Amino acid sequence: MSISEYNGSAIVAMAGKDCVALATDTRFGISFKTVSTDFDRVYKMGPRIYMGMAGLVTDMYTVSARLRFRLNLYELRENRPVAPRVFFSMITNLLYERRFGSYFSAPVVAALDPVNGKPLIAAYDCIGDLEVVNDFFADGTSTEQLLGICETLWKPNMDSEELYEVISQCLLNAQDSDALAGWGAQVYIIEKDKVTKKTLKARLD
Amino acid sequence: MTERYSFSLTTFSPSGKLVQIEYALAAVAAGAPTVGIKAKNGVVVATEKKAKNSLYEQDSVHKIEKIADHIGMVYSGMGPDFRVLVKRARKIAMQYESSYGEAIPTGQLVQRVGAVMQEYTQSGGVRPFGVSLLIMGMDDGKPTLWQCDPSGTFFPWKATALGKNHINGKTFLEKRFNADQELDDAIHVAILTLKESFEGAMTEENVEIGICNDLGKFVRLSHNEIKDHL
Repeated sequence: MSISEYNGSAIVAMAGKDCVALATDTRFGISFKTVSTDFDRVYKMGPRIYMGMAGLVTDMYTVSARLRFRLNLYELRENRPVAPRVFFSMITNLLYERRFGSYFSAPVVAALDPVNGKPLIAAYDCIGDLEVVNDFFADGTSTEQLLGICETLWKPNMDSEELYEVISQCLLNAQDSDALAGWGAQVYIIEKDKVTKKTLKARLD
Repeated sequence: MTERYSFSLTTFSPSGKLVQIEYALAAVAAGAPTVGIKAKNGVVVATEKKAKNSLYEQDSVHKIEKIADHIGMVYSGMGPDFRVLVKRARKIAMQYESSYGEAIPTGQLVQRVGAVMQEYTQSGGVRPFGVSLLIMGMDDGKPTLWQCDPSGTFFPWKATALGKNHINGKTFLEKRFNADQELDDAIHVAILTLKESFEGAMTEENVEIGICNDLGKFVRLSHNEIKDHL
């Protein structure tokens, strides 16, 4: 297995109408051995900015810590919370700094634009190619399974209830076909006035 | 190779002053007069630009320089020192945009330029900059005007004067400043303030005016535009 499949992960972000959702599995493994079944992959980077990280877990820790450092300094210097698009640029720069010796972890960011409340999903590769996506994005070891079911179930302008149902079904069914991801799911539904976190029971294998 | 001193040339006097900075401020106060005024919908800076000789090519060199699309900078004091700071400020502004994908807020630029100026009061073998800067910018439709001193301190101003006769200039502005005035009126007041310390007639050849307009852009006025305001 390649280095970005070493720990296993399944992450999906999906846009609805004025809401966005981010869902991840909770397995942490070392190759085929499952070490943890309640592993957290999501980082809150702002009041409506949530970042999930796929790939090698040690790089997930390092990248998120270095990003947190830069984000905190920004907010201290500028005396204001970071805007989502600025945060997206920060991630790009941090990852591209390691262009020839990259991190083996890539973020998926789900955010709400503070100005107009529209959903923003930022998709990256491990060297910082940023694409802002309108519908959904998947990363990790279950990407093919996730993309397949998302293409089928996603439709535009879903409200938060429907979005939650759709993203949950997409993740749960996709990770069932992946040996390296699963053992549970965490779903964050991000809306203008609240953020809800739900923990789902999944097949424990 | 002892080409560089490792100790600072700016050292404290017994009374607690950094004398080099005092002297730098004296260099600024001997420089050409400069005025800056914040209006409701923009900012204006104006500076005297007297040629020492009629053979001078006035238009080849400018005193009011663009730092970013929305930020302009002018000085009183030593021209060559200003050039160095313009280069640094432009690099700072572009690096910020490259990292954050967003135009640098004027206050952030001022903080960083102030930090550069402070470095030269505490580093080995260098002297402080002999300029005070006026930095003007539009941040999200809000006009801002800042002064940066040789010490590295920065002040946000509603209106101010630098260089020769700056005390009289500031007194004049205290009387004439109005927070609600439009940009065109502010330009008029800036010209009047400059006239107070002007020797001889003011024409579009010997004065430079820069504005940040309500579109958020920095623009240096052309000769014709200045003539219309005079």
